[in-house]
Amino acid sequence: MKIAVCLKRVPDTTAKIVVGGDGKSIDENGVKFVPNPYDEYALEAAIALKEKAGAGETVVVALGTDAAQETIRTALAMGIDRGVLLQSPGSADGFEVAKAIAGELKGQGYDLILFGKMAVDDYNHQVGVMVAELLELPCVSAVSALTVEGGALTAEREIEGGVEQLACQLPAVVTADKGINTPRLPSLKGIMAAKKKPLETKPVSLGAGSITVTSLALPPERQAGKIVGEGPDAVPALVQLLRTEAKVI
Amino acid sequence: MATILAVTEQRGGALRKVSLEVISAARALADQLGATVDAVVLSNGSVDGAANLGAAGADQVLAAHHETFGLYNPDGYATTIASIGGSYTAIVFAASAMGRDLAPRVAARLGTGCATDVTGLGVEGGKVTATRPVYAGKAIQKITLGGSPAVVSIRPNTFPVTSGAGKAGTAGTVAVPAFTPRVTVKGVKAPEQAALDVTEAPIVVSGGRGLKEPGNFKLLEDLAAAFGSAAVGASRAVVDAGWREHGAQVGQTGKTVAPTLYVAVGISGAIQHLAGMRTSKVIVAINKDKDAPIFKVADYGIVGDLFEVVPRLTDEVKKLRAE
Amino acid sequence: MPVGTATSQFTGVDFYHLDSVLSEEERAIRDTVRAWVDEHLMPVIGDCYIQGKFPKQLIPGMAELGVLGANLPEEYGCAGLNNVAYGLIMQELERGDSGIRSFASVQGALVMYPIYAFGSDEQKKKWLPSLAKGTDIGCFGLTEPDFGSNPGGMITTAKETKDGWVLNGTKMWITNGSQATVAVVWAKTGAVDDAKSIRGFIVPTDTKGFTGKDQKGKLSLRASDTAELHLEDVHLPKDAILPKSGGLKSPLMCLTQARYGISWGAIGAAMACYDEAVRYAKNRVMFGKPIGATQIQQVRLADMLTEITKAQLLSLQLGRMKDAGTMTPQHVSMAKRNNVNMATECAREARRLLGANGILAEYHSMRHMANLESVYTYEGTHDMHSLILGQEITGIAAY
Repeated sequence: MKIAVCLKRVPDTTAKIVVGGDGKSIDENGVKFVPNPYDEYALEAAIALKEKAGAGETVVVALGTDAAQETIRTALAMGIDRGVLLQSPGSADGFEVAKAIAGELKGQGYDLILFGKMAVDDYNHQVGVMVAELLELPCVSAVSALTVEGGALTAEREIEGGVEQLACQLPAVVTADKGINTPRLPSLKGIMAAKKKPLETKPVSLGAGSITVTSLALPPERQAGKIVGEGPDAVPALVQLLRTEAKVI
Repeated sequence: MATILAVTEQRGGALRKVSLEVISAARALADQLGATVDAVVLSNGSVDGAANLGAAGADQVLAAHHETFGLYNPDGYATTIASIGGSYTAIVFAASAMGRDLAPRVAARLGTGCATDVTGLGVEGGKVTATRPVYAGKAIQKITLGGSPAVVSIRPNTFPVTSGAGKAGTAGTVAVPAFTPRVTVKGVKAPEQAALDVTEAPIVVSGGRGLKEPGNFKLLEDLAAAFGSAAVGASRAVVDAGWREHGAQVGQTGKTVAPTLYVAVGISGAIQHLAGMRTSKVIVAINKDKDAPIFKVADYGIVGDLFEVVPRLTDEVKKLRAE
Repeated sequence: MPVGTATSQFTGVDFYHLDSVLSEEERAIRDTVRAWVDEHLMPVIGDCYIQGKFPKQLIPGMAELGVLGANLPEEYGCAGLNNVAYGLIMQELERGDSGIRSFASVQGALVMYPIYAFGSDEQKKKWLPSLAKGTDIGCFGLTEPDFGSNPGGMITTAKETKDGWVLNGTKMWITNGSQATVAVVWAKTGAVDDAKSIRGFIVPTDTKGFTGKDQKGKLSLRASDTAELHLEDVHLPKDAILPKSGGLKSPLMCLTQARYGISWGAIGAAMACYDEAVRYAKNRVMFGKPIGATQIQQVRLADMLTEITKAQLLSLQLGRMKDAGTMTPQHVSMAKRNNVNMATECAREARRLLGANGILAEYHSMRHMANLESVYTYEGTHDMHSLILGQEITGIAAY
């Protein structure tokens, strides 16, 4: 099995977000960057599949600035065999990113291409699916359970009020959701071994794309609350407020 | 004339409610662009509720029938929508499980980008604009979509449903082109009782000492089940008392949560607890003590006996979700 | 929903941008151990402490991560890390609890190190891989009931017989002592006043005549196993002796290794207390404003941050010297003495800042405060390190 995992470097989910001077992106000063948490599920799936098969190759592909080399090495430390960095500042348009990644993966003989279901920075939730479309491969997105056997896969994805069960032949693209596995921590030996594993860098240039970020702002402050009423008779009014005013249910 | 395509969803031959949100969002956008709205319904037969799409704002309702379209068919749906999508100014999906999968497929086939999970739509200088939460909701991004069509998916429960649009909803059809079914949906099974983690659940229902004894957490489990994807959390006091697992503890020494909705039941609101949940989008407090500090951070509060209020709330939520 | 939204997560203390002078591997190692501590140790440490129980279920995970003897070579199943990376591991473990760091220190610096430094090839091959894997647990028997700061006065003896050795004596304050499968025991092979005759022995703890008994009633390091070892006519084969050990210098070399790790570990404990104090000061409202808005708490926090930063600079340079081979035991004494004292002060101030909440086990400062009293005292007391430095400065021993 030859497996690719696509990885993105993102701010730590605990990072405090400060809008940068351009008013369109975050101020990266002092922000810690980590592998996208959903991509860690994809990494774990790839490593576990190779371990189970006892043979094969796992490759991590990241699109990003040179700083993403460190993120790639985290994946290598977990156990991925080699890395490829597509050097680019990225794009707000997921399709442009997908085209660059598809270009890298095309014709390389991958049996399985794994992504996280989305990146926790831009919440775009699309690149994996788009890569599959561009490569004309079967794709199952947001997978919470995966079985690969005999050149085919079965998968489950959570949908509203149920679990969808899907199947397809390999080669295929899968984007991973929580639940699919528990990602391992890299071992200290793995961290030391990672620097000896191959990491190839290639510049790519993305198209202008059709999506432009015009501003980035912090969400509005919380407003003072209100007591809806007393006792169970206040419940219908509460539900109504949650539905129409707060729009959370 | 500009036209907007609204992609609806059905399950089991009934239109899903989010479809009306999609039509309403598309209608609002169309009104700003001076455009009309086509709704597309993909199914293997007649769909309950499709007749209401005109009232919600669809000028035309296009039926795409195929024997395999009873369940979501990723490749079939994508092929069908992409076959007509190129002539539209914009295509609106729901950012549902289906829409999150389908919208990027269609966008890629049409060779354009896709704005997912948008919470606002507008038009500026003739171009579609959108707002969308990024960085776990810690920031709001505004974007312009220059593509043709502009492909967006709207976050469920954020766009109001309009019902008096009074459009014709003229029936039409879409021919389903030949497609290669690369992925097969085998079926849909009821969710397992796998408990969601409090840090990830969109809704968290937490209980404190006010529940009086561990067995009474059943009330909160019922409420969480009524909400759907909800997790049950607990205050430090009840975790220390051994009523709940440590992993469920919300607060300074437990987990920090930021769900869309946090319901604090019988929790007074000690500083340690507030530290763990104050970033929730909406906080509801149910407590018999009107002076409890929890009410100071809650968006909505009910003062009363939780043993009366919570079962009622469970019933009302069930009713709502059955709609 | 995002994964891992916990905003209360520990993110370290780095006022002087020392991350920029650490290598990528050093940072990755630190972050990995930090994540392990968050995931596995933090959820259980409060209970373990109260129950006086070492969390031994964590040993396989620690071993798999590779923290045991992490600075020893890969050929023995170790991670082969440099000493800065090793120090950062100790820092992160002690950010969780001094007891866990003590476990790792003893296993790595006091058991694996002497076998590595003074052992035969056979001994290294036999013991180091299993100690690295955590399938063997080691302890270090040097201190005796009447010989703490003066280990050269020990009265444990090893008498040579025609087919091996017989050991007799008592050792005290032995970390890992009751759970160990193997002990490195130091004993005099010659006259009782002959410190030069001190040699190290590898003693499997199931050897007849060897017993390890928990020391009860500790108010510090409660999540660590501390025992008294009794050796009563313990018969060992000839090859039980560590052939390259000789004189008091040998165990002291081990202590230098351990103290080096402690100097880093103490920073971890101080960082944990500072982090907790800062969060509390910002959140705790009194008289209508956060207590962090008061001058007295700001002074406390400023002092803590300054002292932590100084200690970080000290340990980092010490680690670079150790890697370069220029570090002396006196250098280690300064760092151990300064950093542990600094950490005890930070822990106490943090506990005070936390007010009444500070005495609860759900906060960490008081646990660290109590632990650090042991760390202040063991591996050369604070005072002994003062005298070592004094001797270094004047050339005159004052002890």
